[in-house]
Amino acid sequence: MCTNRHYNSVMAALTFGCFITTAFKDRSIPVDIHVSKVMIKNVDDFTGPRERSDLGFVTFDISANLQPIFDWNVKELFLYLTAEYSTKSNALNQVVLWDKIVLRGDNTKLNLRDVKSKYFFFDDGNGLRSNKNITLTLSWNVVPNAGILPLVMGSGHKSLAFPESYETAKSY
Amino acid sequence: MLSLDFLDDVRRMNKRQLYYQVLNFGMIVSSALMIWKGLMVVTGSESPIVVVLRENGDIKFLTKGDNNSVDDRGLYKQGQHWLEKKDVVGRARGFVPYIGIVTILMNDYPKFKVCNVSCLNDELFNAVREHTSLL
Repeated sequence: MCTNRHYNSVMAALTFGCFITTAFKDRSIPVDIHVSKVMIKNVDDFTGPRERSDLGFVTFDISANLQPIFDWNVKELFLYLTAEYSTKSNALNQVVLWDKIVLRGDNTKLNLRDVKSKYFFFDDGNGLRSNKNITLTLSWNVVPNAGILPLVMGSGHKSLAFPESYETAKSY
Repeated sequence: MLSLDFLDDVRRMNKRQLYYQVLNFGMIVSSALMIWKGLMVVTGSESPIVVVLRENGDIKFLTKGDNNSVDDRGLYKQGQHWLEKKDVVGRARGFVPYIGIVTILMNDYPKFKVCNVSCLNDELFNAVREHTSLL
């Protein structure tokens, strides 16, 4: 006798069980972010709509213990660091500076030092210079074996300010 | 009396089969969609959205590919620098693994399809036999 039909319903039940037993868990943990170096340049943004845009450079440290987030229904975490700020031309800007994938089984004690931003921190304009309030937050997408993909923001953020003048030196 | 009851059973059985087929078809379509969206998220790689701006109440996105560090502007329309909400087709919200595996197996191993259909035939045959033996 064939058992396709039973297979379908058993899988469905298992999948739903996976999902429902972890669906309402709180996936937030405290995060410690520290900024060690901040610099700003005004450069040609070849892909952008204007001649020159502000380009920020941030070096940071991140500490967090990800252990409490992982359970049997978490396949991996997708972490990303966001810079949030406001300028004259845009009320809210959110730029992803860096990201990391942490698989189940990887070291869950995050202790990263002197990390440079992975992606270009371009402003849509020239609003980074002298900007006193840029907020860095760490968030993550919890990728389950089965179920919802929640976006969680870690508690703990860091504010930084950009200098008044542009850096002219070549290196970073 | 034998023929009347028999016909009723067969008619009822066919409707149930029909509903089953409709549901099956719906499941195939939705599971294909879910697998596709799930893969977008799970292929071990980077964020698709890097910049979100709010300007005068309108929201602009700048996206990037999931396995590179350059933004997607080269892929946008000529002269387009930002995506708006209407350009975003959807977002991955959840993951339902293996829900389409039976469909995939039936595609790769057509013998499974015969098995499935003959399962239905067996059930139908058995149910009919049961009802006729009661009489």
